[in-house]
Amino acid sequence: MSSSQAESQVNASRSSATSLYSTLFSVFRRELRIAFRQQSDMINPILFFLMVVTMMPLGISPQASVLSELAPGLLWVIALLACLLSLDGLFRSDYEDGTLEQCILSTQPLYFIVLAKVMVHWLTTGLPLTLVAPLLGVLLSLPTDGFVPLWLSLMLGTATLSFVGAIGAALTVSLRKGGLLLSLIIMPLYVPVLIFGASTVRYAVEGVAYGSTLAVLGGFFALAFVLAPLAIAGALRMSVEE
Amino acid sequence: MFQFASVSDFLLMDGHGLYVWASYAITLLALVFLAISPSIQQRAFIIQQKRQQRIEEGQNQQRVDS
Amino acid sequence: MNWQWFHRLGSPRWFYEKTSRWMPWLLSVTLLLLAVGVVWGLGYAPMDSKQGNSYRIIYIHVPAAFLALAGYYVMAIAGAVGIIWQMKMSYTVMRAAAPIGAVLTFLALVTGALWGKPTWGTWWVWDARITSMLILLFLYLGIIALQGAYQQQRTANKACAILALVGTVNIPIIYKSVDWWFTLHQPATLKLVGESSIDPSMAYPLLVMIAGFYGLYSWLLMHWVRADILQSESKTQWVKEIVVK
Repeated sequence: MSSSQAESQVNASRSSATSLYSTLFSVFRRELRIAFRQQSDMINPILFFLMVVTMMPLGISPQASVLSELAPGLLWVIALLACLLSLDGLFRSDYEDGTLEQCILSTQPLYFIVLAKVMVHWLTTGLPLTLVAPLLGVLLSLPTDGFVPLWLSLMLGTATLSFVGAIGAALTVSLRKGGLLLSLIIMPLYVPVLIFGASTVRYAVEGVAYGSTLAVLGGFFALAFVLAPLAIAGALRMSVEE
Repeated sequence: MFQFASVSDFLLMDGHGLYVWASYAITLLALVFLAISPSIQQRAFIIQQKRQQRIEEGQNQQRVDS
Repeated sequence: MNWQWFHRLGSPRWFYEKTSRWMPWLLSVTLLLLAVGVVWGLGYAPMDSKQGNSYRIIYIHVPAAFLALAGYYVMAIAGAVGIIWQMKMSYTVMRAAAPIGAVLTFLALVTGALWGKPTWGTWWVWDARITSMLILLFLYLGIIALQGAYQQQRTANKACAILALVGTVNIPIIYKSVDWWFTLHQPATLKLVGESSIDPSMAYPLLVMIAGFYGLYSWLLMHWVRADILQSESKTQWVKEIVVK
Protein backbone atom coordinates (compact mmCIF):
# COMPACT_ATOMS: atom_id res chain seq x y z
CA MET A 1 0.00 0.00 0.00
CA SER A 2 1.48 3.38 -0.97
CA SER A 3 1.81 6.12 1.58
CA SER A 4 -0.75 8.37 -0.10
CA GLN A 5 -3.33 5.59 0.00
CA ALA A 6 -2.66 4.98 3.66
CA GLU A 7 -2.93 8.67 4.32
CA SER A 8 -6.26 8.98 2.55
CA GLN A 9 -7.55 6.01 4.50
CA VAL A 10 -6.50 7.58 7.77
CA ASN A 11 -8.15 10.80 6.69
CA ALA A 12 -11.33 8.96 5.77
CA SER A 13 -11.50 7.21 9.09
CA ARG A 14 -10.77 10.43 10.89
CA SER A 15 -13.48 12.30 9.02
CA SER A 16 -16.01 9.53 9.70
CA ALA A 17 -15.07 9.67 13.36
CA THR A 18 -15.59 13.43 13.46
CA SER A 19 -18.90 13.07 11.64
CA LEU A 20 -20.00 10.55 14.29
CA TYR A 21 -19.14 13.02 17.01
CA SER A 22 -20.91 15.79 15.19
CA THR A 23 -23.98 13.58 14.81
CA LEU A 24 -23.89 12.81 18.49
CA PHE A 25 -23.54 16.45 19.41
CA SER A 26 -26.07 17.84 16.98
CA VAL A 27 -28.73 15.34 18.08
CA PHE A 28 -27.74 16.01 21.67
CA ARG A 29 -28.13 19.78 21.27
CA ARG A 30 -31.41 19.48 19.41
CA GLU A 31 -32.91 17.15 22.00
CA LEU A 32 -31.75 19.30 24.87
CA ARG A 33 -33.28 22.36 23.28
CA ILE A 34 -36.60 20.55 22.79
CA ALA A 35 -36.51 19.24 26.35
CA PHE A 36 -35.94 22.67 27.81
CA ARG A 37 -38.75 24.07 25.70
CA GLN A 38 -41.18 21.45 27.05
CA GLN A 39 -40.42 21.88 30.69
CA SER A 40 -43.45 19.95 31.88
CA ASP A 41 -41.77 16.73 30.72
CA MET A 42 -38.93 17.53 33.07
CA ILE A 43 -40.99 18.71 36.00
CA ASN A 44 -43.76 16.12 36.01
CA PRO A 45 -41.61 13.13 37.07
CA ILE A 46 -40.25 15.19 39.96
CA LEU A 47 -43.77 16.15 41.02
CA PHE A 48 -44.78 12.50 40.80
CA PHE A 49 -41.80 11.53 42.94
CA LEU A 50 -42.70 14.17 45.52
CA MET A 51 -46.39 13.28 45.65
CA VAL A 52 -45.92 9.53 45.98
CA VAL A 53 -43.36 10.08 48.72
CA THR A 54 -45.98 12.21 50.50
CA MET A 55 -48.42 9.30 50.30
CA MET A 56 -46.08 7.00 52.16
CA PRO A 57 -46.25 8.52 55.68
CA LEU A 58 -50.01 8.91 55.17
CA GLY A 59 -50.40 5.27 54.19
CA ILE A 60 -47.90 3.63 56.53
CA SER A 61 -47.03 5.70 59.58
CA PRO A 62 -45.59 9.13 60.29
CA GLN A 63 -43.22 7.66 62.89
CA ALA A 64 -39.62 8.49 62.05
CA SER A 65 -38.35 5.08 63.19
CA VAL A 66 -40.68 3.22 60.81
CA LEU A 67 -40.02 5.55 57.91
CA SER A 68 -36.26 5.56 58.26
CA GLU A 69 -36.32 1.76 58.13
CA LEU A 70 -38.28 1.79 54.87
CA ALA A 71 -36.78 4.91 53.31
CA PRO A 72 -33.99 3.37 51.17
CA GLY A 73 -36.33 0.93 49.46
CA LEU A 74 -39.23 3.36 49.13
CA LEU A 75 -37.14 6.11 47.60
CA TRP A 76 -35.67 3.70 45.10
CA VAL A 77 -38.99 2.12 44.12
CA ILE A 78 -40.67 5.49 43.66
CA ALA A 79 -37.76 6.89 41.66
CA LEU A 80 -37.96 3.80 39.46
CA LEU A 81 -41.68 4.31 38.86
CA ALA A 82 -41.15 8.00 38.07
CA CYS A 83 -38.52 7.00 35.52
CA LEU A 84 -40.86 4.43 34.02
CA LEU A 85 -43.67 6.94 33.62
CA SER A 86 -41.42 9.43 31.87
CA LEU A 87 -40.41 6.89 29.22
CA ASP A 88 -43.66 6.74 27.29
CA GLY A 89 -43.05 10.01 25.47
CA LEU A 90 -39.40 9.35 24.69
CA PHE A 91 -39.86 8.54 21.00
CA ARG A 92 -43.57 9.40 20.63
CA SER A 93 -43.35 12.88 19.11
CA ASP A 94 -40.45 11.93 16.85
CA TYR A 95 -42.48 8.96 15.65
CA GLU A 96 -45.60 10.99 14.97
CA ASP A 97 -43.97 13.85 13.06
CA GLY A 98 -41.76 11.60 10.94
CA THR A 99 -38.44 12.63 12.47
CA LEU A 100 -37.77 9.05 13.40
CA GLU A 101 -38.17 7.89 9.82
CA GLN A 102 -35.69 10.55 8.69
CA CYS A 103 -33.23 9.44 11.38
CA ILE A 104 -33.45 5.85 10.16
CA LEU A 105 -33.08 6.82 6.51
CA SER A 106 -30.17 9.18 7.18
CA THR A 107 -26.61 8.04 6.56
CA GLN A 108 -25.69 8.55 10.21
CA PRO A 109 -25.70 5.38 12.28
CA LEU A 110 -28.90 5.07 14.26
CA TYR A 111 -26.90 3.74 17.19
CA PHE A 112 -25.40 7.15 17.91
CA ILE A 113 -28.62 9.05 17.35
CA VAL A 114 -30.32 6.76 19.86
CA LEU A 115 -27.41 7.10 22.27
CA ALA A 116 -27.73 10.89 22.20
CA LYS A 117 -31.50 10.77 22.68
CA VAL A 118 -31.30 8.46 25.67
CA MET A 119 -28.54 10.50 27.28
CA VAL A 120 -30.68 13.60 26.99
CA HIS A 121 -33.60 11.69 28.47
CA TRP A 122 -31.45 10.86 31.48
CA LEU A 123 -30.21 14.45 31.78
CA THR A 124 -33.78 15.74 31.82
CA THR A 125 -35.46 13.10 34.01
CA GLY A 126 -32.98 10.85 35.83
CA LEU A 127 -30.63 13.60 36.85
CA PRO A 128 -33.32 15.95 38.23
CA LEU A 129 -34.83 13.01 40.12
CA THR A 130 -31.42 12.25 41.58
CA LEU A 131 -30.90 15.86 42.56
CA VAL A 132 -34.18 16.14 44.49
CA ALA A 133 -33.91 12.66 46.06
CA PRO A 134 -31.93 13.77 49.16
CA LEU A 135 -34.62 16.34 49.85
CA LEU A 136 -37.23 13.60 49.82
CA GLY A 137 -34.89 11.55 51.96
CA VAL A 138 -35.33 14.22 54.61
CA LEU A 139 -39.12 13.84 54.35
CA LEU A 140 -38.82 10.09 54.91
CA SER A 141 -36.26 10.64 57.70
CA LEU A 142 -33.50 8.76 55.93
CA PRO A 143 -30.48 8.53 58.26
CA THR A 144 -27.75 11.01 57.34
CA ASP A 145 -25.29 8.30 56.34
CA GLY A 146 -27.63 7.37 53.49
CA PHE A 147 -27.67 10.64 51.59
CA VAL A 148 -24.44 10.43 49.63
CA PRO A 149 -24.96 6.78 48.62
CA LEU A 150 -28.57 7.53 47.67
CA TRP A 151 -27.29 10.25 45.44
CA LEU A 152 -24.53 8.14 43.89
CA SER A 153 -26.68 5.04 43.41
CA LEU A 154 -29.53 6.99 41.82
CA MET A 155 -27.09 8.77 39.55
CA LEU A 156 -25.78 5.50 38.14
CA GLY A 157 -29.03 3.60 38.48
CA THR A 158 -31.39 6.02 36.74
CA ALA A 159 -29.01 6.15 33.78
CA THR A 160 -29.32 2.38 33.45
CA LEU A 161 -33.09 2.66 33.86
CA SER A 162 -33.21 5.19 31.00
CA PHE A 163 -31.25 2.91 28.68
CA VAL A 164 -33.20 -0.26 29.47
CA GLY A 165 -36.53 1.54 29.51
CA ALA A 166 -35.86 3.12 26.13
CA ILE A 167 -35.97 -0.41 24.65
CA GLY A 168 -39.55 -0.70 25.84
CA ALA A 169 -40.38 2.80 24.62
CA ALA A 170 -39.02 1.93 21.18
CA LEU A 171 -40.97 -1.33 21.04
CA THR A 172 -44.29 0.28 21.98
CA VAL A 173 -43.94 3.61 20.17
CA SER A 174 -46.25 2.59 17.32
CA LEU A 175 -49.01 1.41 19.67
CA ARG A 176 -51.77 3.80 20.56
CA LYS A 177 -52.07 2.51 24.11
CA GLY A 178 -48.47 1.71 24.83
CA GLY A 179 -48.05 3.25 28.28
CA LEU A 180 -49.17 0.43 30.53
CA LEU A 181 -47.73 -2.24 28.26
CA LEU A 182 -44.38 -0.46 28.38
CA SER A 183 -44.38 -0.73 32.18
CA LEU A 184 -45.32 -4.41 32.05
CA ILE A 185 -42.54 -5.44 29.71
CA ILE A 186 -39.84 -3.29 31.28
CA MET A 187 -40.43 -3.68 35.01
CA PRO A 188 -39.02 -7.23 35.27
CA LEU A 189 -35.85 -5.97 33.59
CA TYR A 190 -35.48 -3.30 36.27
CA VAL A 191 -35.17 -5.81 39.10
CA PRO A 192 -31.35 -6.01 39.27
CA VAL A 193 -30.95 -2.22 39.30
CA LEU A 194 -33.50 -1.89 42.07
CA ILE A 195 -31.85 -4.62 44.14
CA PHE A 196 -28.38 -3.14 43.97
CA GLY A 197 -29.54 0.48 44.16
CA ALA A 198 -31.59 0.00 47.31
CA SER A 199 -28.92 -2.23 48.84
CA THR A 200 -26.30 0.48 48.38
CA VAL A 201 -28.34 2.88 50.47
CA ARG A 202 -29.22 0.22 53.04
CA TYR A 203 -25.58 -0.82 53.40
CA ALA A 204 -24.58 2.77 54.01
CA VAL A 205 -27.30 3.24 56.62
CA GLU A 206 -26.18 0.07 58.37
CA GLY A 207 -22.57 1.24 58.28
CA VAL A 208 -21.32 -1.42 55.85
CA ALA A 209 -18.96 -0.47 53.03
CA TYR A 210 -21.10 0.11 49.95
CA GLY A 211 -18.38 0.39 47.29
CA SER A 212 -19.05 -3.09 45.89
CA THR A 213 -22.76 -2.60 45.21
CA LEU A 214 -22.01 0.75 43.65
CA ALA A 215 -19.46 -0.95 41.42
CA VAL A 216 -22.09 -3.48 40.32
CA LEU A 217 -24.43 -0.61 39.45
CA GLY A 218 -21.61 0.88 37.42
CA GLY A 219 -21.21 -2.45 35.64
CA PHE A 220 -24.92 -2.53 34.81
CA PHE A 221 -24.66 0.97 33.43
CA ALA A 222 -21.68 0.10 31.22
CA LEU A 223 -23.49 -2.97 29.89
CA ALA A 224 -26.70 -1.04 29.20
CA PHE A 225 -24.78 1.84 27.62
CA VAL A 226 -23.15 -0.47 25.09
CA LEU A 227 -25.89 -3.01 24.38
CA ALA A 228 -29.21 -1.21 24.85
CA PRO A 229 -28.82 1.18 21.88
CA LEU A 230 -28.51 -1.88 19.60
CA ALA A 231 -31.88 -3.20 20.78
CA ILE A 232 -33.41 0.27 20.70
CA ALA A 233 -32.25 0.87 17.13
CA GLY A 234 -33.66 -2.51 16.05
CA ALA A 235 -36.96 -1.84 17.78
CA LEU A 236 -37.26 1.62 16.20
CA ARG A 237 -36.63 0.19 12.72
CA MET A 238 -39.36 -2.35 13.34
CA SER A 239 -41.79 0.28 14.65
CA VAL A 240 -41.29 2.55 11.66
CA GLU A 241 -41.73 -0.29 9.18
CA GLU A 242 -45.24 -0.97 10.40
CA MET B 1 -40.25 -51.69 47.05
CA PHE B 2 -43.57 -49.98 47.55
CA GLN B 3 -43.16 -47.51 50.41
CA PHE B 4 -46.69 -47.57 51.78
CA ALA B 5 -48.48 -50.25 53.74
CA SER B 6 -51.93 -49.66 52.29
CA VAL B 7 -53.79 -47.61 49.72
CA SER B 8 -55.14 -45.25 52.35
CA ASP B 9 -51.58 -44.73 53.60
CA PHE B 10 -50.58 -43.97 50.04
CA LEU B 11 -53.36 -41.40 49.74
CA LEU B 12 -52.66 -39.79 53.12
CA MET B 13 -48.85 -39.67 52.82
CA ASP B 14 -48.45 -38.97 56.56
CA GLY B 15 -50.70 -35.96 56.42
CA HIS B 16 -48.93 -34.44 53.43
CA GLY B 17 -51.26 -36.14 50.98
CA LEU B 18 -53.33 -33.04 50.32
CA TYR B 19 -50.30 -31.04 49.21
CA VAL B 20 -48.76 -33.80 47.14
CA TRP B 21 -51.96 -34.81 45.38
CA ALA B 22 -53.03 -31.20 44.86
CA SER B 23 -49.79 -30.37 43.10
CA TYR B 24 -50.00 -33.46 40.89
CA ALA B 25 -53.63 -32.68 40.08
CA ILE B 26 -52.91 -29.05 39.18
CA THR B 27 -50.00 -30.12 37.01
CA LEU B 28 -52.17 -32.66 35.23
CA LEU B 29 -54.90 -30.06 34.63
CA ALA B 30 -52.47 -27.48 33.30
CA LEU B 31 -50.74 -29.95 30.98
CA VAL B 32 -54.06 -31.25 29.68
CA PHE B 33 -55.06 -27.66 29.00
CA LEU B 34 -51.82 -27.11 27.07
CA ALA B 35 -52.40 -30.29 25.08
CA ILE B 36 -56.06 -29.67 24.29
CA SER B 37 -56.23 -25.97 23.51
CA PRO B 38 -54.43 -26.19 20.14
CA SER B 39 -56.66 -29.11 19.20
CA ILE B 40 -59.77 -27.07 19.94
CA GLN B 41 -58.35 -24.19 17.96
CA GLN B 42 -57.50 -26.52 15.09
CA ARG B 43 -60.98 -28.06 15.02
CA ALA B 44 -62.67 -24.65 15.09
CA PHE B 45 -60.45 -23.56 12.23
CA ILE B 46 -61.25 -26.64 10.14
CA ILE B 47 -65.00 -26.24 10.69
CA GLN B 48 -64.81 -22.60 9.71
CA GLN B 49 -62.75 -23.39 6.60
CA LYS B 50 -65.18 -26.10 5.53
CA ARG B 51 -68.09 -23.71 5.88
CA GLN B 52 -66.27 -21.16 3.80
CA GLN B 53 -65.53 -23.72 1.09
CA ARG B 54 -69.19 -24.72 0.98
CA ILE B 55 -70.20 -21.08 0.59
CA GLU B 56 -67.72 -20.67 -2.24
CA GLU B 57 -68.97 -23.82 -3.94
CA GLY B 58 -72.56 -22.58 -3.60
CA GLN B 59 -71.65 -19.30 -5.21
CA ASN B 60 -69.92 -21.11 -8.08
CA GLN B 61 -72.99 -23.33 -8.52
CA GLN B 62 -75.25 -20.27 -8.72
CA ARG B 63 -72.98 -18.73 -11.31
CA VAL B 64 -73.19 -21.93 -13.39
CA ASP B 65 -76.96 -22.07 -12.97
CA SER B 66 -77.51 -18.52 -14.09
CA MET C 1 -21.79 -28.34 4.58
CA ASN C 2 -25.25 -29.41 3.65
CA TRP C 3 -27.80 -26.82 4.74
CA GLN C 4 -30.77 -28.50 3.13
CA TRP C 5 -32.25 -29.66 6.41
CA PHE C 6 -32.19 -26.12 7.68
CA HIS C 7 -34.08 -24.75 4.70
CA ARG C 8 -36.54 -27.62 4.93
CA LEU C 9 -37.21 -26.69 8.54
CA GLY C 10 -38.26 -23.31 7.23
CA SER C 11 -41.07 -24.86 5.22
CA PRO C 12 -44.33 -25.06 7.19
CA ARG C 13 -45.63 -27.85 4.98
CA TRP C 14 -42.56 -30.02 5.49
CA PHE C 15 -42.76 -29.45 9.24
CA TYR C 16 -46.46 -30.26 9.37
CA GLU C 17 -46.14 -33.47 7.39
CA LYS C 18 -43.04 -34.72 9.23
CA THR C 19 -44.43 -34.01 12.66
CA SER C 20 -47.64 -35.84 11.78
CA ARG C 21 -45.47 -38.93 11.59
CA TRP C 22 -43.23 -38.18 14.58
CA MET C 23 -45.75 -37.01 17.12
CA PRO C 24 -47.49 -40.31 17.98
CA TRP C 25 -44.10 -41.92 18.65
CA LEU C 26 -42.90 -39.02 20.70
CA LEU C 27 -46.11 -38.94 22.69
CA SER C 28 -46.03 -42.66 23.52
CA VAL C 29 -42.40 -42.51 24.68
CA THR C 30 -43.15 -39.39 26.70
CA LEU C 31 -46.23 -40.85 28.36
CA LEU C 32 -44.31 -44.00 29.19
CA LEU C 33 -41.51 -41.99 30.81
CA LEU C 34 -43.96 -39.83 32.74
CA ALA C 35 -45.97 -42.83 33.93
CA VAL C 36 -42.83 -44.64 35.11
CA GLY C 37 -41.53 -41.47 36.75
CA VAL C 38 -44.77 -40.64 38.55
CA VAL C 39 -45.33 -44.18 39.88
CA TRP C 40 -41.69 -44.52 40.90
CA GLY C 41 -41.57 -41.10 42.49
CA LEU C 42 -44.88 -41.31 44.32
CA GLY C 43 -44.80 -44.90 45.42
CA TYR C 44 -41.36 -46.45 45.31
CA ALA C 45 -38.81 -43.73 46.03
CA PRO C 46 -37.81 -43.73 49.71
CA MET C 47 -39.24 -41.15 52.07
CA ASP C 48 -37.09 -38.12 52.85
CA SER C 49 -35.97 -38.21 56.48
CA LYS C 50 -36.40 -34.47 57.03
CA GLN C 51 -39.30 -33.47 54.82
CA GLY C 52 -41.37 -36.63 54.92
CA ASN C 53 -43.53 -37.44 51.95
CA SER C 54 -44.07 -33.84 50.88
CA TYR C 55 -40.75 -33.95 49.08
CA ARG C 56 -42.45 -36.10 46.41
CA ILE C 57 -43.60 -32.83 44.84
CA ILE C 58 -40.01 -32.46 43.65
CA TYR C 59 -40.78 -34.89 40.81
CA ILE C 60 -42.95 -32.30 39.10
CA HIS C 61 -41.61 -29.09 40.62
CA VAL C 62 -38.04 -29.45 39.42
CA PRO C 63 -38.82 -30.65 35.87
CA ALA C 64 -41.37 -27.84 35.44
CA ALA C 65 -38.83 -25.28 36.65
CA PHE C 66 -36.16 -26.75 34.32
CA LEU C 67 -38.40 -26.55 31.31
CA ALA C 68 -39.71 -23.11 32.23
CA LEU C 69 -36.18 -21.74 32.04
CA ALA C 70 -35.14 -23.83 29.03
CA GLY C 71 -38.36 -22.74 27.32
CA TYR C 72 -37.34 -19.11 27.56
CA TYR C 73 -34.10 -19.91 25.75
CA VAL C 74 -35.99 -21.91 23.11
CA MET C 75 -38.19 -18.87 22.57
CA ALA C 76 -35.28 -16.43 22.44
CA ILE C 77 -33.20 -18.60 20.09
CA ALA C 78 -36.20 -19.07 17.80
CA GLY C 79 -36.70 -15.30 17.83
CA ALA C 80 -33.04 -14.68 17.02
CA VAL C 81 -33.14 -17.13 14.11
CA GLY C 82 -36.25 -15.34 12.91
CA ILE C 83 -34.55 -11.96 12.99
CA ILE C 84 -31.31 -13.14 11.39
CA TRP C 85 -32.65 -15.41 8.63
CA GLN C 86 -36.13 -13.90 8.29
CA MET C 87 -37.61 -17.35 8.84
CA LYS C 88 -41.37 -17.45 9.26
CA MET C 89 -41.37 -20.88 10.87
CA SER C 90 -38.94 -19.73 13.51
CA TYR C 91 -41.31 -16.97 14.59
CA THR C 92 -44.10 -19.53 14.76
CA VAL C 93 -42.02 -21.58 17.19
CA MET C 94 -41.34 -18.46 19.23
CA ARG C 95 -45.04 -17.63 19.44
CA ALA C 96 -45.89 -21.16 20.52
CA ALA C 97 -43.15 -21.28 23.15
CA ALA C 98 -44.48 -18.28 25.09
CA PRO C 99 -47.75 -19.71 26.49
CA ILE C 100 -46.23 -23.14 27.12
CA GLY C 101 -43.36 -21.58 29.03
CA ALA C 102 -45.69 -19.33 30.99
CA VAL C 103 -47.85 -22.28 32.09
CA LEU C 104 -44.76 -24.29 33.12
CA THR C 105 -43.44 -21.34 35.13
CA PHE C 106 -46.82 -20.99 36.79
CA LEU C 107 -46.76 -24.71 37.62
CA ALA C 108 -43.30 -24.43 39.13
CA LEU C 109 -44.56 -21.59 41.34
CA VAL C 110 -47.75 -23.34 42.42
CA THR C 111 -46.07 -26.66 43.19
CA GLY C 112 -43.37 -24.72 45.02
CA ALA C 113 -46.01 -23.05 47.18
CA LEU C 114 -47.70 -26.41 47.85
CA TRP C 115 -44.34 -27.86 48.81
CA GLY C 116 -43.47 -24.89 50.99
CA LYS C 117 -46.58 -25.09 53.16
CA PRO C 118 -45.83 -28.47 54.82
CA THR C 119 -42.05 -27.97 54.72
CA TRP C 120 -41.53 -24.38 55.89
CA GLY C 121 -45.02 -23.77 57.22
CA THR C 122 -45.78 -21.01 54.75
CA TRP C 123 -47.08 -20.79 51.21
CA TRP C 124 -44.77 -18.07 50.10
CA VAL C 125 -41.21 -17.14 51.00
CA TRP C 126 -39.36 -14.35 49.28
CA ASP C 127 -36.36 -16.50 48.62
CA ALA C 128 -34.03 -16.37 45.67
CA ARG C 129 -35.37 -19.12 43.47
CA ILE C 130 -39.07 -18.45 44.00
CA THR C 131 -38.58 -14.76 43.33
CA SER C 132 -36.57 -15.46 40.18
CA MET C 133 -39.31 -17.79 38.98
CA LEU C 134 -41.91 -15.09 39.57
CA ILE C 135 -39.87 -12.63 37.54
CA LEU C 136 -39.49 -15.22 34.80
CA LEU C 137 -43.29 -15.50 34.77
CA PHE C 138 -43.50 -11.72 34.37
CA LEU C 139 -41.06 -11.87 31.46
CA TYR C 140 -43.23 -14.49 29.76
CA LEU C 141 -46.41 -12.51 30.40
CA GLY C 142 -44.75 -9.39 29.01
CA ILE C 143 -43.95 -11.24 25.78
CA ILE C 144 -47.51 -12.57 25.52
CA ALA C 145 -48.95 -9.09 26.17
CA LEU C 146 -46.66 -7.52 23.57
CA GLN C 147 -47.66 -10.19 21.05
CA GLY C 148 -51.32 -9.35 21.43
CA ALA C 149 -50.84 -5.60 21.18
CA TYR C 150 -49.87 -5.33 17.53
CA GLN C 151 -52.26 -5.34 14.60
CA GLN C 152 -49.78 -6.92 12.23
CA GLN C 153 -48.29 -10.31 12.88
CA ARG C 154 -45.01 -9.39 11.21
CA THR C 155 -44.36 -6.48 13.54
CA ALA C 156 -45.48 -8.44 16.59
CA ASN C 157 -43.01 -11.19 15.70
CA LYS C 158 -40.07 -8.82 15.48
CA ALA C 159 -41.02 -6.93 18.63
CA CYS C 160 -41.32 -10.14 20.64
CA ALA C 161 -38.04 -11.46 19.27
CA ILE C 162 -36.23 -8.29 20.34
CA LEU C 163 -37.82 -8.38 23.77
CA ALA C 164 -37.00 -12.07 24.18
CA LEU C 165 -33.36 -11.41 23.29
CA VAL C 166 -33.15 -8.52 25.73
CA GLY C 167 -34.66 -10.82 28.34
CA THR C 168 -32.06 -13.49 27.60
CA VAL C 169 -29.24 -11.08 28.32
CA ASN C 170 -31.04 -10.09 31.50
CA ILE C 171 -31.99 -13.50 32.90
CA PRO C 172 -28.54 -14.43 34.24
CA ILE C 173 -28.19 -10.94 35.71
CA ILE C 174 -31.62 -11.15 37.34
CA TYR C 175 -30.87 -14.61 38.71
CA LYS C 176 -27.52 -13.59 40.14
CA SER C 177 -28.96 -10.41 41.62
CA VAL C 178 -31.88 -12.14 43.25
CA ASP C 179 -29.59 -14.90 44.46
CA TRP C 180 -27.33 -12.36 46.03
CA TRP C 181 -30.33 -10.59 47.54
CA PHE C 182 -31.74 -13.42 49.51
CA THR C 183 -30.71 -16.96 50.14
CA LEU C 184 -32.95 -18.99 52.35
CA HIS C 185 -33.62 -22.03 50.19
CA GLN C 186 -31.88 -25.37 50.44
CA PRO C 187 -28.62 -25.36 48.48
CA ALA C 188 -29.05 -26.52 44.89
CA THR C 189 -29.97 -30.18 45.20
CA LEU C 190 -29.34 -31.38 41.68
CA LYS C 191 -26.19 -30.38 39.90
CA LEU C 192 -25.34 -31.74 36.51
CA VAL C 193 -21.68 -31.63 37.31
CA GLY C 194 -20.20 -32.54 40.66
CA GLU C 195 -21.80 -34.27 43.58
CA SER C 196 -25.52 -34.41 43.96
CA SER C 197 -26.66 -34.13 47.53
CA ILE C 198 -29.83 -36.18 47.13
CA ASP C 199 -29.81 -39.94 47.36
CA PRO C 200 -29.52 -41.81 44.00
CA SER C 201 -32.69 -43.77 44.79
CA MET C 202 -34.50 -40.43 44.88
CA ALA C 203 -32.62 -38.95 41.95
CA TYR C 204 -33.32 -41.67 39.36
CA PRO C 205 -37.07 -41.08 39.21
CA LEU C 206 -36.31 -37.36 39.04
CA LEU C 207 -34.10 -37.89 36.00
CA VAL C 208 -36.85 -39.98 34.39
CA MET C 209 -39.35 -37.21 35.05
CA ILE C 210 -37.03 -34.56 33.64
CA ALA C 211 -36.59 -36.64 30.48
CA GLY C 212 -40.36 -37.08 30.33
CA PHE C 213 -40.95 -33.35 30.68
CA TYR C 214 -38.45 -32.63 27.91
CA GLY C 215 -40.37 -35.03 25.68
CA LEU C 216 -43.67 -33.51 26.69
CA TYR C 217 -42.35 -30.03 26.03
CA SER C 218 -41.24 -30.98 22.52
CA TRP C 219 -44.58 -32.60 21.83
CA LEU C 220 -46.54 -29.60 23.10
CA LEU C 221 -44.38 -27.22 21.10
CA MET C 222 -44.98 -29.21 17.91
CA HIS C 223 -48.68 -29.35 18.68
CA TRP C 224 -48.97 -25.58 19.15
CA VAL C 225 -46.82 -24.86 16.11
CA ARG C 226 -49.00 -27.11 13.95
CA ALA C 227 -52.20 -25.35 15.01
CA ASP C 228 -50.55 -22.02 14.25
CA ILE C 229 -49.32 -23.23 10.84
CA LEU C 230 -52.82 -24.27 9.74
CA GLN C 231 -54.14 -20.78 10.45
CA SER C 232 -51.30 -18.79 8.97
CA GLU C 233 -51.12 -20.99 5.86
CA SER C 234 -54.90 -21.23 5.39
CA LYS C 235 -54.68 -19.78 1.87
CA THR C 236 -52.35 -22.47 0.54
CA GLN C 237 -53.46 -25.49 -1.45
CA TRP C 238 -52.05 -28.13 0.91
CA VAL C 239 -53.91 -26.75 3.91
CA LYS C 240 -57.13 -26.69 1.90
CA GLU C 241 -56.62 -30.36 1.06
CA ILE C 242 -56.13 -31.19 4.74
CA VAL C 243 -59.32 -29.33 5.59
CA VAL C 244 -61.34 -31.25 3.00
CA LYS C 245 -60.16 -34.59 4.39
